[in-house]
Amino acid sequence: MATKNILIVGVGGQGTLLASKLMGNCFLKEGYDVKVSEVHGMSQRGGSVVTYVRYGEKVYSPVIEKGEADIIISFEQLESARWLPYLKKGGVLISSTQKIDPMPVIMGKATYPEDILAKLAEKDIKLVALDALSLAIQAGTPKCANIVLLGAAVQFLGIDKEMWVDIIRSTVPPKTIDINLKAFELGYNAN
Amino acid sequence: MDKALMLGNEAVARGLYEAGVTVVSSYPGTPSTEITEYVTKYNEIYSEWAPNEKVAFEVAFGAATGGARSFCAMKHVGLNVAADPLYTASYIGVNGGMVCAVADDPGMHSSQNEQDSRHHAIASKTPMLEPSDSAECSRFTSLAYELSERFNTPMLLRLSTRVSHARSLVPLSDRNEVGVKEYKKDVMKNVMMPAMARGAHVKVEQRLLDMAKFADTEAVEMGINTVEYNDTKIGIIAAGSSFVYAHEAMGENASYLKLGMVNPLPVELIKEFASKVDEVIVIEELDDIIETHCIKLGIKVKGKELFSKLGEFSQATISAVLKNDEVSCETFDEEIPPRPPVLCAGCPHRGLYYALKGMGLYVSGDIGCYTLGAQAPLSMMDACVCMGASISGLHGFNVARGEEQAKKSIAVIGDSTFIHSGITGLIDIAYNKGFSTVIVLDNSITGMTGHQNNPANGLTIKGDPTVAVNLEALARAVGFNNVVVVDPFDIEGTKAAVKAELEKKEPSLIISRRPCALLKTVKHSAPVKVDADKCIGCKACLNVGCPALSQTKRENGKYLAVIDNTQCVGCGVCASACKFGAIEKGGKD
Repeated sequence: MATKNILIVGVGGQGTLLASKLMGNCFLKEGYDVKVSEVHGMSQRGGSVVTYVRYGEKVYSPVIEKGEADIIISFEQLESARWLPYLKKGGVLISSTQKIDPMPVIMGKATYPEDILAKLAEKDIKLVALDALSLAIQAGTPKCANIVLLGAAVQFLGIDKEMWVDIIRSTVPPKTIDINLKAFELGYNAN
Repeated sequence: MDKALMLGNEAVARGLYEAGVTVVSSYPGTPSTEITEYVTKYNEIYSEWAPNEKVAFEVAFGAATGGARSFCAMKHVGLNVAADPLYTASYIGVNGGMVCAVADDPGMHSSQNEQDSRHHAIASKTPMLEPSDSAECSRFTSLAYELSERFNTPMLLRLSTRVSHARSLVPLSDRNEVGVKEYKKDVMKNVMMPAMARGAHVKVEQRLLDMAKFADTEAVEMGINTVEYNDTKIGIIAAGSSFVYAHEAMGENASYLKLGMVNPLPVELIKEFASKVDEVIVIEELDDIIETHCIKLGIKVKGKELFSKLGEFSQATISAVLKNDEVSCETFDEEIPPRPPVLCAGCPHRGLYYALKGMGLYVSGDIGCYTLGAQAPLSMMDACVCMGASISGLHGFNVARGEEQAKKSIAVIGDSTFIHSGITGLIDIAYNKGFSTVIVLDNSITGMTGHQNNPANGLTIKGDPTVAVNLEALARAVGFNNVVVVDPFDIEGTKAAVKAELEKKEPSLIISRRPCALLKTVKHSAPVKVDADKCIGCKACLNVGCPALSQTKRENGKYLAVIDNTQCVGCGVCASACKFGAIEKGGKD
């Protein structure tokens, strides 16, 4: 099969790395070659962050370029707009409805675009928008919005739901298993 | 054979374990840091954070002299600090094997320059391996110890951001318990005075010739340098991350010579490859080192005329040049505001900078999280060069511009950076009768690289209690008579202390002390509250540059400050900025 490309985007501190770790482990268990490229260091501090997940028979590059992603999982609306060009035409964009103002907007030096999701829905892509933050709070903590989004994404990843449940159980800290599984279910049933 | 999905850095640590390494000393630096953090998970290996890369290298080299397999890791600019021992260690050679990993950062995700560490390998005449994925990170690390001991040399392992911070599959092997070799006193080998060094240099030049021959022959048999023939119209020579981008872009439409050893470079192997393809293209991030080597061999190649010396490559960089591929994608039709990294909500550095703002100061800056204070709205930095340069640079600035300038100038430097390279600058000021005021931002951790303990916070790499450098006593010991400690969340107190120290015609050290807000041991207050009746919408609070604080427009058109309760940790710096008492600090959770 051709290599599949998934982009996970958000704001530094939102928990994008756990989502990519879970995916990497899952594709590995399914017997694929996997590469996951992460961002550490300075850009983590509240900046725009991206993680690349690639899987297939043999994966060379760890990064994904414009027009190459099959799926984008976005933790924040503005980041959905920023990374849109990385999605293939007809690709799937799973976007949280959460909005976080970047510093230039806070300072009044730039404007946060209005109605981003409505504008994205008009593009040649499949948009799945969900309020991941509220669902995460419903599950028990705003920190598990990443797992809510993963739950919303799995129907497009072609791997059994039960497999994901097993991977979550074996990857997250034992005390948080129940909350994370609840978050996963809420995301899974959100669309 | 078991396989695991590992970060490149994690795989280097695995390679160290499997090679029987027993001593590791490093200083954190993105993108190299996680190697040493993963090493701490192996109880068979002694590991430590050193005060800086020079010390780390010397500890590892001392261990190798003592017969152990040893290791140190650093980022590219860290090798500048460790260059002094490296260049002579290359002359001396090893007893137990030694490897130094150096991680370059093309594209500067988290660095102040984009230097190519292969220059250090060439200049120090040290062999260098360069893996391209996690499996090679582990395998090349283990191999490097065999080569180190066989050729009697320390080895360099070159990494880059996309190799260090990408996860891929790694085959796992058992540990090879090599033990610690016998130590025998050998003055001719281990004491580098001119008479000994002259002889050592002869051996170093011969070693380079021997290893170049190795690169042509055994390195191919061992799968370090590899050749893949497909379509022979284009032959690509590449190493590390550039190789994987090239293969991704060109697949079977090109042939490849992949170099796992980038110093010394092979000769016959390149000549043979060049003779079998129509056109040779060298693809290398940063400088033209392989290309220059090919030109010296009289081989016609294309390199930097096609691919930049700037930034990071990707498969798209290569496709655009060699395949004229056009990108097909959707775009968002409006301007998208940038999202630069910022100081975290509750960061103690914000309080200090906010206290200093408006005092008209020249701020000599340094390397760490607090460098983010250079950006608007704080805009509190005039200069930033390298680790420790804030203090020595301030001294030079003040000597050049005189006493009046010294009353309006400060240096800011973090606790870990101060220990790394700031202490010598402090001594320079005291010894030379300077009058500069230095502020150490002591947040009890090495922050930007992701929370490593350091000699000033009283905890070892494994979190065990140890002695802590007493910054106050240290400053007094080197001749600073004025040493004061402030709390950066006490804005008025901090302002008054800085003003008082700047007025003195003597050097002063101010310690701005409060732990990093992200430390798990730090207890946070409840989020602050905005009193909508008192807020007049003046936006003064936005000048503290906190990501948890924004504004909204009311129905009457006036602005109102808004707190993001998921981010706010109740530090109250914004409350200090409000003249109308509209922001109230909450109680403890």
